[in-house]
Amino acid sequence: MQQNSSSEPIVSLRNVRKSFGPLVVLDGVSFAVERGEVLALIGRSGSGKSTALRCIDRFEKVDDGEIVVCGHRVDRPDVDLRALRQDVGIVFQSYNLFPHLTIEQNITLAPCAVKGMATAEAKDLARKVLVQVGLEEKLHAYPEQLSGGQQQRAAIARSLAMQPKVMLFDEVTSALDPELTAEVLKVIEQLAADGMTMVMVTHEMGFAKGIADRIVFMHRGKVHETGPASILTSPTTPELTQFVGTGNLKS
Amino acid sequence: MSLQLDFPAVLERWPSFLAGAVLTLELAAFATVLGALLGTLAAVGRGTHNSLIAGACKIYVETIRNTPLLVQIFLVYFGLASLGLKFSAFTVAVTALTINVGAYTAEIMRAGFEAIPRGQIEAAEGLALSRLQIYWHIILLPAVEKVYPALTSQFVLLMLASSVCSQISAEELTAVANYIQSDTYRAFETYIIVAVLYVILSLVMRAGFWGLGLVLFPRRRRLGTPL
Amino acid sequence: MGGHLNINHLMFLGQGALWTIGLSVIALIGGGIVGFVIALARISPLKSVRLASAVYVQLIQGTPLLVILFLGYFGLAAIGLKVSPLTAASASLTLYVAAYLGEIWRGCIQSVPKPQWEAAEGLALTRTQRMIKVILPQAIRIATPPTVGFMVQIIKNTSLASVVGFVELMRSGQIVNNSLFEPFAIYAIIAVTYFAMCYPLSLFSQRLERRMGRGRSNLAPA
Repeated sequence: MQQNSSSEPIVSLRNVRKSFGPLVVLDGVSFAVERGEVLALIGRSGSGKSTALRCIDRFEKVDDGEIVVCGHRVDRPDVDLRALRQDVGIVFQSYNLFPHLTIEQNITLAPCAVKGMATAEAKDLARKVLVQVGLEEKLHAYPEQLSGGQQQRAAIARSLAMQPKVMLFDEVTSALDPELTAEVLKVIEQLAADGMTMVMVTHEMGFAKGIADRIVFMHRGKVHETGPASILTSPTTPELTQFVGTGNLKS
Repeated sequence: MSLQLDFPAVLERWPSFLAGAVLTLELAAFATVLGALLGTLAAVGRGTHNSLIAGACKIYVETIRNTPLLVQIFLVYFGLASLGLKFSAFTVAVTALTINVGAYTAEIMRAGFEAIPRGQIEAAEGLALSRLQIYWHIILLPAVEKVYPALTSQFVLLMLASSVCSQISAEELTAVANYIQSDTYRAFETYIIVAVLYVILSLVMRAGFWGLGLVLFPRRRRLGTPL
Repeated sequence: MGGHLNINHLMFLGQGALWTIGLSVIALIGGGIVGFVIALARISPLKSVRLASAVYVQLIQGTPLLVILFLGYFGLAAIGLKVSPLTAASASLTLYVAAYLGEIWRGCIQSVPKPQWEAAEGLALTRTQRMIKVILPQAIRIATPPTVGFMVQIIKNTSLASVVGFVELMRSGQIVNNSLFEPFAIYAIIAVTYFAMCYPLSLFSQRLERRMGRGRSNLAPA
């Protein structure tokens, strides 16, 4: 895997805190993602991993701490959200394709509306990113005509069309059965091989182990253990031992 | 009781009936388009974080929905007059009907907006679309699609309710009927004919909205989902 | 002409408001009885009954209330039946309200879950017994919020009875205006009075709806 030591990290969280009412979700979380790095956030449900990911794209506001993403100070109230979100792509568990638009229109919408790209150019781009996820024949289909796995690949293509500097994946295979999961993971693997910087929340331990440069294991709103993918096979804390030991390390 | 109906005597006034029906459709068309705009804006306004705008929109909607159209028409009519503004009966009628149907549209559209899943908006935000772009590209059409039957029924009801405009002497279908019945002394026949004409107009409108639905929602046409 | 709004005018308007309530109650009861029959007819096992009631609903819902009122007043008078404005308004509103309430209630009856109908049939109850003992008690619960919501429409619609000369709130406002000629102020007072009658019902209907956890939008003529 390529590492770029010369520049600043693309994403960095420093001592981030966040509560929903009395419930502390993030209790001083810090980690950084270098250019070209693939980081997997793992942990039990409720450990705060999804919230941490959503804070990066400012779908949640943090109470305290510092978040810098591609030079944007995300923790500040005056952050330019639209500039931030042009640099960051996000893919959700429930795909969230726009049902009234064809796959092509789903993809071309943001490049045209946000970047002012010409329609013809955007259509070429749509074809290109769909080839990347292996869905070129679905250009003119509507989302509901696609399987779950195809919808998720189309959602990835939609994100790619904005040419983001970092991509966030929020449990993107949790709604899919194993067969469809595989086709989505293959697409993400290819992205990693192409050098895309990625942060992913995942339950697929085998996949995380195979693809991630670094693992961040979260427990009770804290980064409990972090290190290369090998920590999954030789964990040092009892919590991670228990987590990977309970059958999470499959496939 | 002598029941002697003479429809031909009334029917020979058909050019007047036709003119009235056309004017009724014109009233309904103007008020529908303007009211849909006003109502959609009010629905957006009720959803904003600005409590002043949201409050104003709520007051508008509740005031209109809880007072009769007839009173609203007189208020617009005499209100404009007391401001020293002279408008044609048609303009006053369109204004009052627009204000009226706008409030009902706002309630229906609000339900449509609320039916859009949160994830749709997050996905659009994640793609860096602006607030306005999200409303325009992501929320509006699916919201209209969800409430299309309720919305179009409301517009048909508006066309029927426009008969009240006869009371400020807009020359629409009911006003024409009032005039013809006082002229021919054939009230029963006149109002029967007018009732039939209104039924036809509402069928025409429903057919029109059905066709418009096919144009507006191409996905449904392609996937064969019923409207 | 001239003069100021005095206590006599207000008393007159108050009397009109009472008649608005009276006419609304008449329309609700009359329309409710006929509407109940319509609702049952719309789901009758007999095709001819279903068809006839559907045609009735379509005709009434395709005609403005004002035209129905004219038919009831000038129309009946013209063919030799002399009726008072109150009778004409009551009859017309009853026919009108019946078509709308009938449709609302049919929807409520049909939204009682299918297993309930099947269970009742399985108990070998007759059709009438099934209706009275199983379906209607559940349908009434579902029907309460939209019916309360429709009462608002009834109150507003009684204002059209003024056009055939029945002295309810709207007509009494016009009469007061004929002596004072302050149309804007008087119609504003009328509007506020209608609002005071309708808004509590609207709120009540919304509360009932929320409690039932269903967000159906409340459709009704202006």
